Amino acid sequence: MNDETPQNLAMLVDRGEPRSQSRRRAFDRGFLVTCLAITAIAVLALGVLLGSILIEGLPGLRWSFFTEYASRDASKAGIRAPLWGSIWVASICAIVALPIGIATAVWLEEFAPKNRITAFIRLNISNLAGVPSIVYGILGLTLFVRMFGLFGPIQAPELEIGGRLYAIYYDTMQEPIRVPAEERGVAPVLKTGDVGFVQEIEEGADGELIFTDRWTPVTLTIVPEDEDAPEGYGIIEAWQAEEPADFETERPWYYIQFPLGQSVLAGGLTLMLVVLPIVIISSQEALRAVPGSLRTGSLAMGATKWQTTRKVTLPAAVPMIMTGSILAMSRAIGEAAPILVLGVALFITDTPSSLMDSFTVLPMQIYNWTSRWQEDFRALAATGIIVLLMVLLAFNAVAVLIRQKLQRPLS
Amino acid sequence: MTTPPTAASGGVVTDSPRPATNKVAVIETMTTTPTPNQNQTQNQPTPAAEPPVCIQAREFNSWYGDFQALHGIELDVPTNRVTAFIGPSGCGKSTLLRWFNRMNDTIPSARASGTLDLHGTDLLSTRYDVVDLRRRVGMVFQKPNPFPKSIFDNIAYGPRLHRRYTRSDLAELVEQSLRRAAIWDEVKDRLNQSALGLSGGQQQRLCIARAIAVGPEVLLMDEPCSALDPRSTAAIEDLIRDLRHQYTIVIVTHNMQQAARVSDRTAFFYEGRLVESDETERIFTTPAHRETEDYVSGRFG
Repeated sequence: MNDETPQNLAMLVDRGEPRSQSRRRAFDRGFLVTCLAITAIAVLALGVLLGSILIEGLPGLRWSFFTEYASRDASKAGIRAPLWGSIWVASICAIVALPIGIATAVWLEEFAPKNRITAFIRLNISNLAGVPSIVYGILGLTLFVRMFGLFGPIQAPELEIGGRLYAIYYDTMQEPIRVPAEERGVAPVLKTGDVGFVQEIEEGADGELIFTDRWTPVTLTIVPEDEDAPEGYGIIEAWQAEEPADFETERPWYYIQFPLGQSVLAGGLTLMLVVLPIVIISSQEALRAVPGSLRTGSLAMGATKWQTTRKVTLPAAVPMIMTGSILAMSRAIGEAAPILVLGVALFITDTPSSLMDSFTVLPMQIYNWTSRWQEDFRALAATGIIVLLMVLLAFNAVAVLIRQKLQRPLS
Repeated sequence: MTTPPTAASGGVVTDSPRPATNKVAVIETMTTTPTPNQNQTQNQPTPAAEPPVCIQAREFNSWYGDFQALHGIELDVPTNRVTAFIGPSGCGKSTLLRWFNRMNDTIPSARASGTLDLHGTDLLSTRYDVVDLRRRVGMVFQKPNPFPKSIFDNIAYGPRLHRRYTRSDLAELVEQSLRRAAIWDEVKDRLNQSALGLSGGQQQRLCIARAIAVGPEVLLMDEPCSALDPRSTAAIEDLIRDLRHQYTIVIVTHNMQQAARVSDRTAFFYEGRLVESDETERIFTTPAHRETEDYVSGRFG
C-alpha cells in the first residue's frame, strides 16, 4: 500500500487534461489591459471635469471673491457668507458629532455586552451610514428646525433663552423705537417719561444712510389723540402707542430659541446626524485595530476597564479615529441636500455671529449659482467649486498626513 | 548558579528532547536548588522545611461553555518557589494559570467551581476585588505585549494605576523595576523611546519589569519564552532564577528542559486533569505515573 501511494498519486495528477499555456497568458494580459482601460476612463472623466471647472472658474478667483457677500451683480458677488456659514456649521457639527460618535464607538467596542440588543444596534449603525443624506435633512427639519411644533412657530418661538424682547413702535419721525417687552404679543403700557431706544444712523462715504446695530436711549413722549404731534425722536402718537408694530428679540451670541429655526445650530446638528454613523463606524474600526494583547496586558496589571480604555486603547486608536473623523467632516462640508431641505435662505448678506443666526453653506451657494440662467453666475459657481474642492483636498491631505506621521505600529 | 552557556544550549533543544539531555538538566537543577535556600529568610531555616502554600486549588473545575477544561484539580503552589505547569497543548494548564488572576473573567463563557485560595482567601468569590487581585498576582504573556508608549511609561503605567507618586519616586521605582528585570543597562539611555523598538527578548523582560513594578506577590508566566530565540530564552530563565525568592512564580511551558532548569516543583497536566505534582527532580527522574514518564521522556506530546 505504502509503496503504491506515491505512484497512484502521480498518475492521478497526470490524468487532468493540460490547459493551454498561451491562452492562460493571453487572458492574463487581457485582464490587465481591461483594468487599465477602465481606470483610464475614470481618470479621464475626472480630468475633463476638473479641467472645465478650472478654465471656467479660475479667472474669478480673486481676493474679493472671498470678502464679498452674495449680490445680484455677478461681478460683485462673493462667497463670504457661505464660506463662514460652512465654517460655523462644520465646527458645530464637529463639536457635537465627535464626542458622541467616539463615545458610542468606545461603548460598543469596549464596554457593551455582546448580545442581541447590541448586535441590533451595531447593524443599524451600519445601515444608517448608508441612508441618503436628504433623509437626514427631513429628520433635521422636524427634529431641530421645527421641533415637532412643540414650541410654537419658528418666527414666534415660545421658549427663548438669553435674548431681550422688545416691542417696536414708530415715532413721528417714522423711525422705529424699541421698548422692552415682557412677553411676545403682549403690548407694554406706554407712558410719557418711559425710556425707549432708537437706532443709531451713520452717514456712509457716498452720503448713503447706514443703520447700525447700536441703539441709544430716548425719553418717550406720548401725544394724546386730540393734540397735534410735533415731529421729533421719541414722540409717539397715542393711536400708535396702543399696539406695537412688531416684536423683536435682541440676540447676544449665547441666545437660543426653541424651535431652533433655520439657524446655524440647526444646520450643524442636521449635518451631525449625517456624519454620526460614519464617525462611529470609523472609530469602531480604529478601536478594533488595537491588538487585544494590549488590553489584556493592562487588565492583568490591575487596571480597570475604564483605565485600560483611557490610557491604552484610546491613545493607540487616536490617529485612526482622527483620520476617520476628518474624512467624515469633509463629507459634512460637501453636503448640500440636507441643508437644502431645512429651507435656509439663499440670499444671505451677513456672516453668522450667534448660534441662532441664519446661514448658507458653500454647496448651497454653488447650487444656487448653477441654477441661474446668466453665464456670469455659472462662472461664479465654477469658482465656488474650486474653493470647495480646495477645502476638501486640504481636509483629506491633513487626514493622510496624520495617517503617515502619527500612525505607528501598535505591537 | 547555572552558567549562561549551558542554559543557552539547553534552550536550543526544543523539538525532540532525549532522556539523556533531560538528565543533564535535572542534575543542574538539583545542584543549584540548595544554594539559594541558604540565602532564604528566617522563615525557612532548613531546605527541607515546606514553604507556606500561596495558592491552593481544591475540587477545582472549569468550563468554557459546555466544554469542561479542568477536572477536580487539587494543587498547592508553594510561596516563593517556581512551579512549572507542563503538559500537551489543550491540557488546561494555561486555563488554570489564567484563573489564578481571574483573566478568564474576560471570556464570557468561562466558568469555574470548587475553591481557589490565595493565602486562604477564595479568589473566585464575587466579593474578591479583581483589580486588587491582579495587582497582587501579575502576569506575563506568551507574546511580549509592551504598550505603544515609551519604555519609561510602560513601567510607570502599572504603579500610576494604583497610587500617586512624586516624580522622583516614580523614576526610582522605574529604575529599580528595570534593574530587577535585568534590562536596566540595556535601556537606561533610551527610557523615552518607544518600547516597540526593543528586541523580542528585551520586550519580554520589559513586560516582566512592568509586572513587578506594581509589587505583586505572584508572577504568572504563560509560555514566556515560546516566541523568543534561545539567547533571549536563556536571559529570561536567568531572570526567573534571580526572582524566585522574592516572588511565587508559576510558569507554563512546553519546553521540558526549561521546566527542569528553572522550577522547584512541576505539575503535569493531561486532558484537563492534574496527573501529578511533585518536586521537579522527582517528576523528571522517578515520576509516579506512566503518562508523566512518557511525556517528560518525549515519547508523546
